[in-house]
Amino acid sequence: MPFLEIESLQKSFGAQTVVHHFEMTIDQGEFITFLGPSGCGKTTILRMIAGFEIPSAGIIRIDGKDVTRFRPNQRNVGMVFQSYALFPNLTVAGNIGFALKVAKRSTAEIKSRVEEMLHLIKLPHLADRYPRQLSGGQQQRVALARALAGRPKVLLLDEPLSALDAKIRVSLRSEIRALQRQLGITSIFVTHDQEEALSISDRIVVLSEGRTAQIGTPFEIYNFPNNRFVASFIGTLSLLPALVVDARNGRLSVDGQDVVTNRPLNGAAVGDAVTVALRPEAITLQPQSENRNNLDAVVEEVGFLGSVIRIRARLNDAVLSLDMFNNPNQPPPELGARVALSFSQDDLLVLDAAVAAA
Amino acid sequence: MKSSRLGAWVALAIGAIYFLVPLIGTFEFSLRMRRDQYSFDAYAIVFADPRFQATLGYSVMMAILTIIVGIALVVPTAYWIELRMPKARPLVEFITLLPLVIPAIVIVFGYLHLYNSSSFLPFTANERSTDVLLVCSYVTLSLPYMYRSVDTGLRAVDVRTLTEAAESLGAGWTTILFKVIFPNVRSGILSGAFLTFAVVVGEFTMASLLDRPAFGPYLQLVGANRAYEPSALAIIAFIVTWASMGLIQIFARAPKGATAAADRTT
Amino acid sequence: MALSAQTGVAVAPGAPSSILDRISWSWLGLAPFMIFAILFLIAPTAILMIGAFQDSAGHFTLVNIQNLFQPSVLDAYWISIEISAASSLLGAAIGFLLAWAVVKGALPGWIRPTVLTFSGVASNFAGVPLAFAFLATLGRVGLVTILLRTFTGFDLYSTGFNILSFWGLTLTYLYFQIPLMVLILAPALDGLRTEWREACDSLGGTAWHYWRDIALPVLWPSVFGAALLLFANAFGAVATAYALTGSSLDIVPIVLYAQIRGDVLHDQNLGYALALGMIIITGVSNAGYIWLRGRAERGRA
Repeated sequence: MPFLEIESLQKSFGAQTVVHHFEMTIDQGEFITFLGPSGCGKTTILRMIAGFEIPSAGIIRIDGKDVTRFRPNQRNVGMVFQSYALFPNLTVAGNIGFALKVAKRSTAEIKSRVEEMLHLIKLPHLADRYPRQLSGGQQQRVALARALAGRPKVLLLDEPLSALDAKIRVSLRSEIRALQRQLGITSIFVTHDQEEALSISDRIVVLSEGRTAQIGTPFEIYNFPNNRFVASFIGTLSLLPALVVDARNGRLSVDGQDVVTNRPLNGAAVGDAVTVALRPEAITLQPQSENRNNLDAVVEEVGFLGSVIRIRARLNDAVLSLDMFNNPNQPPPELGARVALSFSQDDLLVLDAAVAAA
Repeated sequence: MKSSRLGAWVALAIGAIYFLVPLIGTFEFSLRMRRDQYSFDAYAIVFADPRFQATLGYSVMMAILTIIVGIALVVPTAYWIELRMPKARPLVEFITLLPLVIPAIVIVFGYLHLYNSSSFLPFTANERSTDVLLVCSYVTLSLPYMYRSVDTGLRAVDVRTLTEAAESLGAGWTTILFKVIFPNVRSGILSGAFLTFAVVVGEFTMASLLDRPAFGPYLQLVGANRAYEPSALAIIAFIVTWASMGLIQIFARAPKGATAAADRTT
Repeated sequence: MALSAQTGVAVAPGAPSSILDRISWSWLGLAPFMIFAILFLIAPTAILMIGAFQDSAGHFTLVNIQNLFQPSVLDAYWISIEISAASSLLGAAIGFLLAWAVVKGALPGWIRPTVLTFSGVASNFAGVPLAFAFLATLGRVGLVTILLRTFTGFDLYSTGFNILSFWGLTLTYLYFQIPLMVLILAPALDGLRTEWREACDSLGGTAWHYWRDIALPVLWPSVFGAALLLFANAFGAVATAYALTGSSLDIVPIVLYAQIRGDVLHDQNLGYALALGMIIITGVSNAGYIWLRGRAERGRA
């Protein structure tokens, strides 16, 4: 049985509906990420699960129990905020032990649990500090420990890394993931950062304008985006107009050059205009070979990014990006050079015609 | 949630009663001059009183001079501190807060002792120099408001960068001060100015003890000797205060970006 | 030009003599302000403080300070302190509730700016006109007094109430004390983050836990500090009390006023000591305010 069930959840503020019929089931111990641009409804859904917003319609069940109308303090849900929201008048230990103190546990129990949590977040020496004496990363770890100390059923994280420096963001996210695995706690993580979502999630829910765009593992979401929104929101993608030449064999014409795709055409027929997409890392500058597509193009821009060199190449009326690994023995092509772009027939995505048109 | 909002309404209603009833009471009282009916006689008498016009005119004049002297003193000082002497900020801030600590009556007591007609700086020797002393005393009283509003304005616009930008474009000192700095802290200066105006026009202690014919002592005199006119005067004074505060609101809102930034820093 | 050249030199080592020049030039920019402050704020206060420790011939003495402890002067201080304490505590409590209602009460949007603007007006509506307003409202023939007598038969003045008395003056002072509290406290209440309430909720806490463990501990320096400021504000007020009570209520500012006008204490230097006492009391409460405000700001950072 699924652990967290959300049935046709809706939320409207006045005339504006910010969440439309959101449906999802989450298993015990899963790490789910809500991903989307700001205003896509991801935080609103999280806040409805936490109990801070009352849904306009729909049901939320945690561990089989309908909690839709429960007050936040009856739900036993841990929440981590973007702004940490540590209580400034309490020490680190006071913050972490807050849920237990409220639940009237014994002093000894609180003390040992706080110590356990402090070890878990690797800050055992900071028990008596006040939040203002900690760095942002430390504060967020304490906030995490505070949310977990009362053994909540679900852990909710609302853009917990957005306020931190890039370096700490990366290290803390793997720490959060490790801690989550260790405790086996069902978690929902909200972010607008696709790299963050890809790196830590079991499954990702991509949201757009209050609706689910796609639910899937990071591998699925990245490699098999359902629609143009997901495809363009996650990773870099070059979009090219194409015409269907032979629907059965997946033959298309891009910029007057023939290519073949092994991906489904989503019902497009001969003569239809479709949009095809290519990831930069799928393209190489190798010379022609069997079972690969080749497109002739002109190098328009060369960007040196360190380990990777990103090249923009122009067809007649489209531009696409490709990545090549930096290799000291192989200088990148000159601007204006004619190159042959080579990519596998499996890598040429045909985007859903209906969604692409929208 | 429902009950707390109800509580808020109740608190607001009680507050409104406490604050509005004296105003209504005063207004009602001011209309009672004729025995059998309400009339504006008290206002007519007040406005016709030459001392009313003279003292109000005198106080308005003092207020305007106070504002001019105050701006001339505070703006360059705050600017200089922001730009060149940040380490003097705590000292200057402390000094500008002193008028809140030292009651006005104590300050004026000190003036009378220090600047009497036989002292080295006999400010109180004649009327004109006493006026100068009065203006300076009002500038002193208004320092806390003036300095704070100007300083907040200056900090919000990042004067250092603005100054450097202006310099790199070839501007000289006067151009920087009048074309770049003043316009950017205009709303701060104006709110300080109107607050000063509201405080100075009805000020009693300084004017009374320095024996100048200002509006505050006139009010007190009328209050001690007449029945209905004081209420009319109170209503007039309240309207003047409202007008000053209303103007602060208008000017504080004028440049949206600057005030939003100021809100964040405070 | 001049500016960038000078700041450049001030940072760079190697030209010691010119650095000295530059530093004194920097101080010179503050000279007008400093001279003004010395002439009109510091020197006049200092001369009184010195005078408090001198006899009429200018010799050092502690007699003036000793004389402060005579019953009539002590009474004046005591009444002043009582009125200031009553008006600041009541003002702080009521102002707190009002500020809370306005900032956190989820009232319609127009309420907050209206109340804050009105507070700006009312907190500056002190002095003589305020006294008139309360006389017209709660005096013997004031509107409220008459309405109460006419419609409920209740005679306010039969209860011993008098607008010229302790409670009358306190009630009048509240008219500027409460709005001042609202103005000082509104930003502090804004500093109470919604996330704290939400965090407390999601950790199982109730409204009671939130108030006892978080909101009040976070707010108390602001509230208490503001109450101290209100205390000093009431303690130094002259005009309202003088216009309201004339000289029927012997509070320190009024005694000092009478002393300045006519040397009612028959001792100039005792007058200086009286002023010194006022500075000490308002100074201590203001220092407390500044200290607590610093604490509150650190706590919020």
